Parts: sequence; C-alpha cells; structure tokens
Amino acid sequence: MATTSYAPNVPHRPVVSSLYKRLRGGDEIAYLATLICAVTILLIVALLVVELWSNSRPTIHAFGWHFLVSSTWDPNSGKFGALPFIYGTCVTAALALFIAVPLGVASSIFLAEMAPPGLSNLLTFLIELLAAVPSVIYGLLGIFILVPLIRDYLVPALTKVFGFLPLFQGDFYGVSFLSAGLVLSVMVVPFIVSVSREVLLAVPVEQREAALALGATKWETTWQIVIPNASTGIIGSIFLALARALGETMAVTMVIGNTPKITASLLSPGYSIAAVIANEFAEASGSLYVSSLIFLGLVLFGLTIVINALARIMVLTTAGRRG
Amino acid sequence: MRGLTPRTAAVAALFLFAAEFPVAAQTSLTGAGATFPAPIYQKWFSDYQSVGNVQINYQPNGSGGGIKAVTEGTVDFGASDMPLTDDQLKAFKDKHGFRVLLFPTVIGADVPTYNVPGVTQELNFTPEALAGIFLGHISTWNDPAIAKANPGVKLPGDKIIVVHRSDGSGTTFCWTDYLSKVSPEWKSKVGKNTSVDWPTGIGGKGNDGVAGLIKQEKGALGYVELIYAVKNHLPYGKVKNAAGGFVKADLQSVSAAAASVKTMPADFRVSITDAAGPGAYPISTFTWLLVPEKISDDGKRKAMAGFLKWAITTGQGSVEGLDYAKLPQQVVSQEQQQIAQIK
Repeated sequence: MATTSYAPNVPHRPVVSSLYKRLRGGDEIAYLATLICAVTILLIVALLVVELWSNSRPTIHAFGWHFLVSSTWDPNSGKFGALPFIYGTCVTAALALFIAVPLGVASSIFLAEMAPPGLSNLLTFLIELLAAVPSVIYGLLGIFILVPLIRDYLVPALTKVFGFLPLFQGDFYGVSFLSAGLVLSVMVVPFIVSVSREVLLAVPVEQREAALALGATKWETTWQIVIPNASTGIIGSIFLALARALGETMAVTMVIGNTPKITASLLSPGYSIAAVIANEFAEASGSLYVSSLIFLGLVLFGLTIVINALARIMVLTTAGRRG
Repeated sequence: MRGLTPRTAAVAALFLFAAEFPVAAQTSLTGAGATFPAPIYQKWFSDYQSVGNVQINYQPNGSGGGIKAVTEGTVDFGASDMPLTDDQLKAFKDKHGFRVLLFPTVIGADVPTYNVPGVTQELNFTPEALAGIFLGHISTWNDPAIAKANPGVKLPGDKIIVVHRSDGSGTTFCWTDYLSKVSPEWKSKVGKNTSVDWPTGIGGKGNDGVAGLIKQEKGALGYVELIYAVKNHLPYGKVKNAAGGFVKADLQSVSAAAASVKTMPADFRVSITDAAGPGAYPISTFTWLLVPEKISDDGKRKAMAGFLKWAITTGQGSVEGLDYAKLPQQVVSQEQQQIAQIK
C-alpha cells in the first residue's frame, strides 16, 4: 500500500523559478542591499584603522607604548610623546560635558514638557541652528568675545571664590583649558538639546496619562515617568556630544593656547590631539614626525572608543541596578 | 526639423573658421611649498604667463609640504623658507639619482611685535633680551635687560606673555635660527626648526593667530613676518645687530643683510640671520625655489629655466611693491650660472 505524498500529481518545481519568485518579492534584495551598505561602513572604518596603524609604524618602532606616557614633544630633537595631548583632550571634553549636560538636559526638559508648543518650536529651531554654525566661527567668537569676558569677569570671580582649589590657581592668559571647555560646551549643547527633546516627546502619551490618572503632578510625571523612560535616548545624546567634544579641532586650537603642558589648573594653556594635528601636520617633515602625528590620530580614535565603552558599561550597570 | 537658418549657418561657419587656427600648446608647471612668498610667486606666475607662454600653478601648503612634494616627484618644483638639510638633499638624490637645486628668490624678515600697556614708542631689543625672554628667564617688562636698551621709556612691571607660532613655519625657522646664533643656551636647549619645543609661551596659528593673541593680551611679545606687520600696521621694535646698532626692519635693512654674505656657498644654502654690516637687519632670511637638476620634458625644462631667469632679473622689479626685499646683484649672477646646470 502506498503511503507517500498527499498530492502525488503536484509537479516538481525547479529551484530557479522559486528563487526568482523570492527575488521579485524584494525581501532578499533588500536584505542583501542593506547588508552590503552596513558592511561597507564597517570596512571603511577598518580600512581607516589599518591605514593609521601602518603609517604609525616608524613611531611605534622608535618609542613603543612609551609614546603614550611621555610628555616631551620636541620635533627638533626627534622626541615625541602623546601624554599632554591626551590630557588636554580629556580635560576639555570633560569640562565641556560638565557644563553642557545639565544645561542641555534641563533645556530639553523645559522645551519638551513645560514650554508652550509655539515657544518650544521656536527655541528648538534656534538652538538647532547653533549646531549648523561652522566651528571656525566658534573659534573666532571664542577668541574675540568669550576670552575677554572670561578674563575680565569670570576668572576673577572664580579665583576669589574657588581660589583655594588647584583647579583655579596660576596665571591666566585668556587662552586656556577653561576657555576651550566653555567654547566646546556651547558647541555640544545643541546636540544634547535636540536629541533629548525628540526622545522626551516620543515617550508614549499612555505613560503620561497613567501617571496623571494616579494623581501625580505635572512635575512628578516628568521627573518620575517621562525622564526615566527617555533616559537611554538622553544618554545617547550625551555620547554624541562627547564624540564632538573629543574631536573638535579649529575652535579648540584658537582658544586653548597650543602649549603641550600638563597642569592641574584649568587656567593654564594646554593642547589637544586634534589641535596639534591641525597645526603641525602640513609642515611636518621627516618620517618620525609625520608618523607621530598619525599615531596621535590613532590614539584619538582609540580614546574615543575607550571612553564610549566605559560610559556604556557605566550606564548598563546603573540601568541594571535600577531594574 | 527646420532647415538651416541664416543665423545658425553664420554661427557654424564662425566655429569652423576658428577651428582652422591651431592654439599653441601651453606648457604647464606645478609647484608647492612655502606660504611666505606665495603672494609674490602668484604675481610672478601671472605676469610670466604672457611672457613665456607657460601656466604655473602653485599650492602654498607649507615648506615641509613643498619639500615632501618635490622629493616625491608629485610637483615640478618646490618652495621652502628654510634651506634643505643634508638629510633632505640626500633623500632627494637617493630617490631620483640627481640633485635638487636651490634658487633664492626674495628675502623676508621676522619682527618682534608687542602690546605693552602704556608704551607707544618703538622698543629696542638686544639679542640677550630676546633670548632671555623666549627662554623664560626674563619675565617682566621692566627687567634691566630691556630697560637698559630703552632709556627714557617707562616700562611697566607687567609679566611678559610670550607668543609663538603653533603651526610649523619658515617664520619660526628664521626666528629660532637667529636665537640659536645669539644664544648658546637656546642652541643647546631648543635649537632651530620650523617647529620647536618652546620653553615658554602660548601658541597662535599663523601670523594672524599670533597677532590676534598679542592684541588680546596686555604684556604680550611675539614674532611675525615683516610683511604681515607692515600690512596690518602692527607696532614692532628694533633689534640690535652684530655691528651694535639698533636696526628697524625695512626693505633696505633686509637687503643689506643679504648683501653682507661674503661668500655665497655654491648650493645657496646660507643663513643670513645675525648678519654683519652696519645697516643689516639681523632676523632676515632668503626663501628658495627647489628645482630638480634634471627635467626630462623639454618644454618643462625650457619653461622652468626661462621663468627662473626672468624671476631673478625682471621679476625683482615687482617685489618691493609687495614689501619683499630684492636679491643682491652678486647672488643674481651666481644663480644665473646655476640655472645653466638644469639639464
């Protein structure tokens, strides 16, 4: 007795026509096309790292990892060290975030939750315009407007109140870590505000209504329901701001003083990785000099990855604890 | 489609007519290098285009870039504010098998510019004062080393804020070359280069960065190119030269520095800082064109040699209009012999 197929008369379909049918449907093509795009981006990044690494070889060969902890930068005698630049990059980015994060998050809460819609849209538009201003303009504004203001008003006040801290000791010449940090904070605030505001607005209205229905005030709803709901997006905007602050070149080089020095004082001039590459790469001659600058670029790349990874780990652990 | 209208026919005939005349092929040369002489080079290249029927394109991306480019062979000639070192000459010779020739074209100078509260007169600077300030030993304006050279000027007790270049530049090379000659301590501690490890001071990007910082900071002192100071009406001081007199930088004193070279070396690699001679300005420098000894393309070789001959003779007539100093006659004669070496 035959117990084979239920439909013995169904013809056997060749593989080719079914593949054709799937392709025509679009799913496979869409998958392939988007996969190729994603892989291309990763390939470009990988190629970037490979190029940076291979062009840094003379420096790695000459100094090894000692390059990362050495403080001398002497093109004339051929001694190079990255520490002052790493320090400057981290200090200015930290100062920028220290100012921009509270300012930006508070602004975005106001714009998303509290301001009337018309005012909110107008202010958001103006703040987002800030992000479109070229960084050289920020540098010029910094050196011609911000630096005199800081020198004449802010620093005397800071030294009077906080002068006992090593952060605010020493002579102030206008160009300094403080000036660079302030200019950077103005540059990264628009990123925090626009992304955080979008994320806050995207919190489902059911959540808000549920909180209000349980008797929460407007502020309690905002603080206890909306913000925690949007927190991953807000953290994401802070990462974006951090990335910009770490890599910003022209505005920083105009107001930081371009002096490779490591001091605790924010009032002292300093240097950052992006600034030294912008300043010295065009005229650098000699393979050790050029490869040291390229290695600094690789260091900045690695620094960005490390800081981002640490920040994400920190966020994940605190988010896990909050449950 | 309509038939050929009279207007269309006329235009077509005009095109055919024009096509009968062959356009003479124009040689083109590319160069890259120093930013300091870029204005005069651009003027020369545009003036010479009609004279020699050659189009010359120049990229002012810095002396280092120019040296790199001409050594790599990506440009036909380079330009540099500093004479090539033995290593750089050897690198070129190793790569190409023949030498690169240096041709001085114009002369420039660095001047000390400052912003001292209460002082409107021109200040005099001795070499010891300049070296001491830039080494960090002299920290206030009323220091005896400065006051001694400026009797009758009320110098305040403000701190001196040293401003230097943050980007590599021939201007820095000229300044540090001068300090290395007048201060053994500077020579051993810092040395001369387009970019050095400055003992003190803050850095500005470009002449404009330095000038901007000096304008902002009371008590600041820095160095800029003479042309930049003149064009922007910056106050700058006199410097004491080797003969003992305080000389202000201008076209005559800078040319005098170049003329003081007793024997110009055959390869024109000479530093004229701290020049002898009563009227010589001590912080002056040549700037050079870097031309390969052998140029295989006939048209390019003729064009290059023709341009060089023109630049060091007729071209010198337009340099003073742009505030560059002219080449002294004996240098011109020696260069004409070197032009003949381009094969």
